[in-house]
Amino acid sequence: MQDNNWRILTRPLIDDNPLTLQILGICSALAVTTSLDTALLMSLVVVCVLAFGSGSVSLIRNHIPHSVRIIVQITIIATLVIVVDQVLQAYAFELSKRLSVFVGLIITNCIVLGRAESFAMHNGFVASTLDGIGNGLGYSLILVIVGAIREFFGKGSLLNVQILIPTSQGGSFEPLHLMLLPPSAFFIIGGIIWFIRRKRPQQVEKAEFTLRTRGQEPK
Amino acid sequence: MNTFFELFLRSVFLDNLALSFFLGMCTFLAVSKRVDTAFGVGLAMMVVQTVTVPVNNLIYTWLLAPGALAWAGLGEVDLSFLRLIAFIGVIAAMVQVLEMTLEFHVPKLHRAMGIFLPLITVNCAILGGSLFMVERSYSFAESVVFGFGSGFGWALAIVIFAAIRERLKYADIPEGLQGLGINFIIAGIMSLGFMAFAGMG
Repeated sequence: MQDNNWRILTRPLIDDNPLTLQILGICSALAVTTSLDTALLMSLVVVCVLAFGSGSVSLIRNHIPHSVRIIVQITIIATLVIVVDQVLQAYAFELSKRLSVFVGLIITNCIVLGRAESFAMHNGFVASTLDGIGNGLGYSLILVIVGAIREFFGKGSLLNVQILIPTSQGGSFEPLHLMLLPPSAFFIIGGIIWFIRRKRPQQVEKAEFTLRTRGQEPK
Repeated sequence: MNTFFELFLRSVFLDNLALSFFLGMCTFLAVSKRVDTAFGVGLAMMVVQTVTVPVNNLIYTWLLAPGALAWAGLGEVDLSFLRLIAFIGVIAAMVQVLEMTLEFHVPKLHRAMGIFLPLITVNCAILGGSLFMVERSYSFAESVVFGFGSGFGWALAIVIFAAIRERLKYADIPEGLQGLGINFIIAGIMSLGFMAFAGMG
């Protein structure tokens, strides 16, 4: 039992990562990663919402009529997100302004609804909460990597602490402005997926057509 | 008139929901295997966006915004924290109404959109559009233009993306990049292309 719980918690980190394998919740992952602090805050928020969302859905799973389950799940998630949004506006106003609409968009973030629907509806409270935390951490892992790369190469700093001095202030580092623009997030995530799939070849998708050079017999 | 046109161009190209705000990415990556399905989703998205953004604008200005209930004599009530739930409700209801209307009056179009119409309820581009409308405090007329423009921009992006993907089936892609990896990189390059319109503003 102990072993099983540990597996539920760690599987979504790399082997079944929500972003790179399940294609869930990509929207917000790309938009909030221009710097490390917003990425960290967003990760924290998503882990909380996922853990409590999956937990509470699994608690009432036997009382929800099948036909209205989506509405019930969305209402639970929306309530959690509103609470988080209000807390952020009260205690971290600056950061919550920079996250702008993306806190609200966690409601339609497919990870939360996806895990509630596919895991929490069939499993107990502890397992569902762990699954929520695990998926949240898998999401956070990618978010933090992308955020760190973008902030480091785009501004030469990490968590707003200047590490490399840019040329405009007499240093030798030329900031890469592309890193602060949206396209770079796509490239970095594409690269991460490539890297993970080199290490875990079983995740590679089959090509729809195989190429063959002239003269070679088709397999 | 000019400002409306500018807002339209802005929401189609520069502020493209899919490529510069990454909204609706899950649908964007999942249903872009073929151009005709991509076209169906794009169309559904455009219609829903054009309807829901103005409706949400009305609801927000007359019911939820701070001091909006002044016409009912409740000037000090601030319900703006309810906007997430209210918007999701409106979107789900709108999609349902639209589906029933289409089924009754234009069954051909309804069949063409098929399953994509209900899926749109959980598409973050729709909710995102409404939230951006609040954040940028658009007027009613502006929100109509913005709703149509952003829906159109999203549809344009997914159709182009699907067309590129159809061609890419025959390309020789490194093993680890096949599928999802290469899609991200194409989307990145397309996003670079849309950034080129930045000079227009």
